[in-house]
Amino acid sequence: MPEVAIAGFAQAPNVRETQGTTNGVEMLVPIFADVFARTGLSKRDIGFWCSGSSDYLAGRAFSFVSAVDAIGAFPPIHESHVEMDAAWALYEAWLKIRMGEVETALVYGFGKSSAGQLRRILALQLDPYVVTPLWPDSISIAGIQARLGLEAGLWSEKDLAEIAARSRADAAANPAAQVSGAVDVAELLDTPYVADPLRAHDIAPVTDGAAVIILSNVERARDIVEHPAVLTGIEHRVDSPVLGARDLTRSPSTEAAAAALDLDGVELAELHAPFTHQELILRSALGLGENVRINPSGGALTANPMFSAGLARIGEAASRIHSGEARKAVAHATSGPALQQNLVAVLEAR
Amino acid sequence: MKQLAAVLGTGQTHHRARRTDVSMPGLLREAIDRAMADAQVEWADIDAVVLGKAPDLFEGVMMPELFLADAIGATGKPLLRVHTAGSVGGSTALIATALVQSGVHRRVLTVAFEKQSESNAMWGLSIMPPFHMPVGAGAGGYFAPHVRSYIRRSGAPEHVGAMVAAKDRRNGALNPYAHLQQPDITVESVQASQMLWDPIRYDETCPSSDGACAMVLGDEAAGDAVPGGAAWIHATAMRTEPTTFAGRDQVNPQAGREAAAALWAEAGITDPLSEVDVAEIYVPFSWFEPMWLENLGFVPEGEGWKVTEAGDTALGGRLPVNPSGGVLSSNPIGASGMLRFSEAAKQVMGRAGDYQVDGARTALGHAYGGGSQYFSMWLVGSEKPA
Repeated sequence: MPEVAIAGFAQAPNVRETQGTTNGVEMLVPIFADVFARTGLSKRDIGFWCSGSSDYLAGRAFSFVSAVDAIGAFPPIHESHVEMDAAWALYEAWLKIRMGEVETALVYGFGKSSAGQLRRILALQLDPYVVTPLWPDSISIAGIQARLGLEAGLWSEKDLAEIAARSRADAAANPAAQVSGAVDVAELLDTPYVADPLRAHDIAPVTDGAAVIILSNVERARDIVEHPAVLTGIEHRVDSPVLGARDLTRSPSTEAAAAALDLDGVELAELHAPFTHQELILRSALGLGENVRINPSGGALTANPMFSAGLARIGEAASRIHSGEARKAVAHATSGPALQQNLVAVLEAR
Repeated sequence: MKQLAAVLGTGQTHHRARRTDVSMPGLLREAIDRAMADAQVEWADIDAVVLGKAPDLFEGVMMPELFLADAIGATGKPLLRVHTAGSVGGSTALIATALVQSGVHRRVLTVAFEKQSESNAMWGLSIMPPFHMPVGAGAGGYFAPHVRSYIRRSGAPEHVGAMVAAKDRRNGALNPYAHLQQPDITVESVQASQMLWDPIRYDETCPSSDGACAMVLGDEAAGDAVPGGAAWIHATAMRTEPTTFAGRDQVNPQAGREAAAALWAEAGITDPLSEVDVAEIYVPFSWFEPMWLENLGFVPEGEGWKVTEAGDTALGGRLPVNPSGGVLSSNPIGASGMLRFSEAAKQVMGRAGDYQVDGARTALGHAYGGGSQYFSMWLVGSEKPA
């Protein structure tokens, strides 16, 4: 089986609201141009295209169809789409290269969270018969999860504020970040609750954004970048949707994905944690020690473009391997309420 | 490189306009339980689950695979959710196939569904795409001009559409799962039905169904163990083109032609009309049978209607098309493509019951979606690919 590597990454500016249409495909044209410029490739070089997005975010059926226009898909292309974060589209593209069907794939995710009221839309991911009618929104569910950890002594509100402060400080070096800058932990703890025990800094911002990654077999990737980020492992699992049947302070699906991977010697991690306490759950599930650098990009707490934030974690981790800053990294993507579904990818310099 | 993959078993629901007797999990399990029994596998044998369906707005649930994870046996396993418009049932099967062909998994469960009675599909389709004139006429109104153009270009006589409809509905009456059961339908009765979108009449239009379809796919060892023989996957293809652009041929789209060419090339087929024994083609409106016969390369452009008119696509004909009754007899949108793929597999496994094509060894499953712009297809055989 050929090894697969990440050869290029680009992302749109992460912003509170773009001026485009509700499906947000306008964000794609500039980032396709960007990633082609970085890699020296053109659309004719791409053997397979795969994307992730959501009709509910756009508020209309078949919203992803317009993205084909952003590609300029003629002559016709070999293409597919997942109604998931594009990290899972990357998984599909990885399969296609591994089985030798194509040499190069382009993966993209996009979403315009500002098109609706995000926390309320995400309530539609719950059981439509017995849970959604109560309209528990995504932030309230995360609040329950955070409360359970607090009561179990797994974290304190100060621990959470420190994660927020570190993330924002790191995001200062990330021009694509939506939220950044130096903040004082004590001042953060003085702010009011949004959904007790969560404060504004514990919650990812509402973000419009998009990201794109080019994958290829390793031989091809070496022609494109000096240090390709080789995908030495990628695993994903899903947990039960029944919130009351899960120990919400753990992430069994992340643990199971990690157990199938070799995380020894990981130097940095890009974790898709839209809430501060979820970073701690993920660090524990992945068994990451104190010496592992967490979210040098600032992470999802500083920019959370729905349906591309997970892909962007993989891209951010790959960028640090491309630059020589790290030799082994782990990237993570999540989907669903309270970390229900998780994907873990290991990237290595070779 | 590419590992062998095979269909180990298939299952589907009874398709009806409103399956209000079951929840969404209940509907899916009806298909999944039948597929797993047919494949003789247990939950512990399933390595991953791939779910497909058309727009979430059709049920009013965002990414329903998340709440369905327990019901479809995905909890603790990898779960993928595919959405590629009307072709989704086909492309979902192809992604499940890729999980086996890439050597990642040994056995994969794939399922596709639509439960339109949960919401209102016409509302779900009443979208306002930016920069486009809203059609405001549903799928029939969208495709009727393509059909008119086909008739003008090919000079096909007007009864050909009615022939397709009468054939597919009579075939559907042989299929106990089909939504419409119309054993007595005739070309004359189709021609007497209400005109909806000229030239498409009521009886030439697919129904709107609740339903699901599931398959268990496996690797070579799993395929070898299937009593009576698995359906071996010989070739797969997917192609996409934009909805609209100047010069686009909507009647005979290039994406469909290129997908078919890639499929035949991978399978080593040079004369599909002679080498393929049966085809399950996505025909939601009767005239799409001759249109897709041409697009798929079974016959030259302009000749598709002659094959249909000669009776060659009927059961017992040279190339039976949609012996299961096809989309014209059951249309659970997200599952319709997977039904085509699984009916093709059933034929080469000899498990198609009253609509079995005698001696079927090679079968095509085909799906399309969007504005005739998304295509997915596979070719399955009773023998392993050479």
